[in-house]
Amino acid sequence: MSSIKGIAASAGIAIAKAFILEHPDYTVTHRKIEDTDSEIAKLESSLDASRAELEEIKARTLQELGEKKAEIFESHLLILDDPELINPVKDKIKEESVCAEFALNETASQFIEMFQNMKSAYLQERAADMRDVTKRVLKHLLDLNYVNPSEISEEVIVIAEDLTPSDTAQLNRNYVKGFTTNIGGRTSHSAIMARSLEIPAVVGTQNVLTSAASGDLIIVDGLEGMVLINPDEQTVAEYRKKQESYAEQVEEWRKLRSEPTVTSDGVHVELAANIGTPNDVAGVQDNGGEGVGLYRTEFLYMGRDKLPSEDVQFQAYKTVLEKMEGKPVVVRTLDIGGDKELPYLDLPKEMNPFLGFRAVRLCLERQDIFRTQLRALLRASVHGNLRIMFPMIATLDEFRQAKALLEEEKSKLISEDIAVSEDIQLGIMVEIPSTAVMADQFAKEVDFFSIGTNDLIQYTMAADRMNERVSYLYQPYNPAILRLVKMVIDAAHREGRWAGMCGEMAGDATAIPLLLGLGLDEFSMSATSILPARSQISKLSKTDMQELAFKALNLGTAEDVVELVNQAVSK
Amino acid sequence: MQKTFRITDEDGIHARPATALVNTANKFKDTESFAEAGGKKVTLKSILGVLSLGLEQGDTLTLISEGPSENDALNALADVMVNEGLGELNE
Repeated sequence: MSSIKGIAASAGIAIAKAFILEHPDYTVTHRKIEDTDSEIAKLESSLDASRAELEEIKARTLQELGEKKAEIFESHLLILDDPELINPVKDKIKEESVCAEFALNETASQFIEMFQNMKSAYLQERAADMRDVTKRVLKHLLDLNYVNPSEISEEVIVIAEDLTPSDTAQLNRNYVKGFTTNIGGRTSHSAIMARSLEIPAVVGTQNVLTSAASGDLIIVDGLEGMVLINPDEQTVAEYRKKQESYAEQVEEWRKLRSEPTVTSDGVHVELAANIGTPNDVAGVQDNGGEGVGLYRTEFLYMGRDKLPSEDVQFQAYKTVLEKMEGKPVVVRTLDIGGDKELPYLDLPKEMNPFLGFRAVRLCLERQDIFRTQLRALLRASVHGNLRIMFPMIATLDEFRQAKALLEEEKSKLISEDIAVSEDIQLGIMVEIPSTAVMADQFAKEVDFFSIGTNDLIQYTMAADRMNERVSYLYQPYNPAILRLVKMVIDAAHREGRWAGMCGEMAGDATAIPLLLGLGLDEFSMSATSILPARSQISKLSKTDMQELAFKALNLGTAEDVVELVNQAVSK
Repeated sequence: MQKTFRITDEDGIHARPATALVNTANKFKDTESFAEAGGKKVTLKSILGVLSLGLEQGDTLTLISEGPSENDALNALADVMVNEGLGELNE
């Protein structure tokens, strides 16, 4: 047995077999071969193996997700059989005495390029299918050992260097019991995703990937941030007990489910949840969320091969609004770019994606994408209590432009006799320091602020939160951050607006006393953090926390702040 | 024999109907079927070929079948065009 310490990213305990998820290296080299016949036979057997895989995936997708989702694999099967692809590959092998992987890669690249150069955006996106099929065959030709996470079919703990948003979007919740990664912190995407899926996770272990092998028995302790590899029976038994007692504590918290969130001196604050898909609403209700404080709409755009239509989006927004039964739902418009890519948009690689063409910046240029989303939102607005917020706003002008587009789409819908709600609150994410500093001016024009701490911290500290070597600068409790948060909250209150927070900090037990003291009105967090937070807040007095926050603002370092909080309140 | 269609689907000829066309053409082993548009002719046995025509709404597409079952093949392909909402017969 060995154990590795990491960062507890999502609470709970999971015990299952290891599934190693590594993205293989598909690089091919130009290799001369002598026996072209056996090279062609190798190609054939790789095509057969790919075909068999696709048939299986198609059958499972059909069963689990329905006909529409399965069709994509049907077209992949046809590509495998396509004479226009396979014949040139075989000819190339014969005529140039070159290895199958090189011949395939060359031929496939021509098709990929052809698709990319097509006029229709839809056909440009087919390049992704071509890449996918090519990789599947290359995997067999190169003898790479790789199973796509969407193809997992037994209970596992996923072990990876890191999980990208598209990896996590593909994970099957029924089979993935927990995960652990080499890199990342509490706010990396994989961690956020784990909390929204409510599966235990430990990240930032440095070396779990090299320490565990596929099939090893793994315990992920998302409470302590520990990973155990091949534990003995006695340890497994201990952890099963721990699993049970955690379940009991969760039961205790559950009693607070239908209670409002009130401090010991009678002040009400709102605890809302961050969600990614309509399916997450069940978790919000289960955990007694008083609203949705952040609906990340990116997931509607991910894990698919083209932009979602207005109707697809409308259905998703309507579902969330209806299920929330009149409780507020804050929808964040598309926040793509940065580290969240959409292959079918084919955006150029950037030197500094986090400082680049993303979120509202992209939406203001690609108005076709933005307008479609705004129309879908406006149409859905009559089905519940919709609030809309724009991400990554850096200047007042950006907000005004985005708002003008919203107003335009609204007038269009009204002239088409389509009902639109008259009271949609319109707000912004405050995640760029310029906006926090100018909050007093913004507060005159917006209905609310939602502070996105993950980005606000990394932009304020000028430190990439994914970069391990500077991750020490990711300091939520640094007085610099607390002062910016105070500026935003005070600015909102002066204009009679409300201020919320939808970053990870909002659900953090050390931050909650401070945020309460600074006057935060709404805390939006992973659904599973709501009940522990409600329990914590019920034991805190707002008056005391105001004093505490005042002291914290005047300290010099993040460490001093943490010490102050620890001494003042028992968590 | 051949039939000419006008593409009515707003997405043009996309992967799903292209798949259906290829699967249908493949059912008639003794007959070769082709798609011709914009001066380019491709075999209907190739989904990549069909997609490479880059057909969009409003474009014209001619389906051609040659062989013993050309009549049945062309009718079956025409059914796919209409049933999938891809296009309408251009008469």
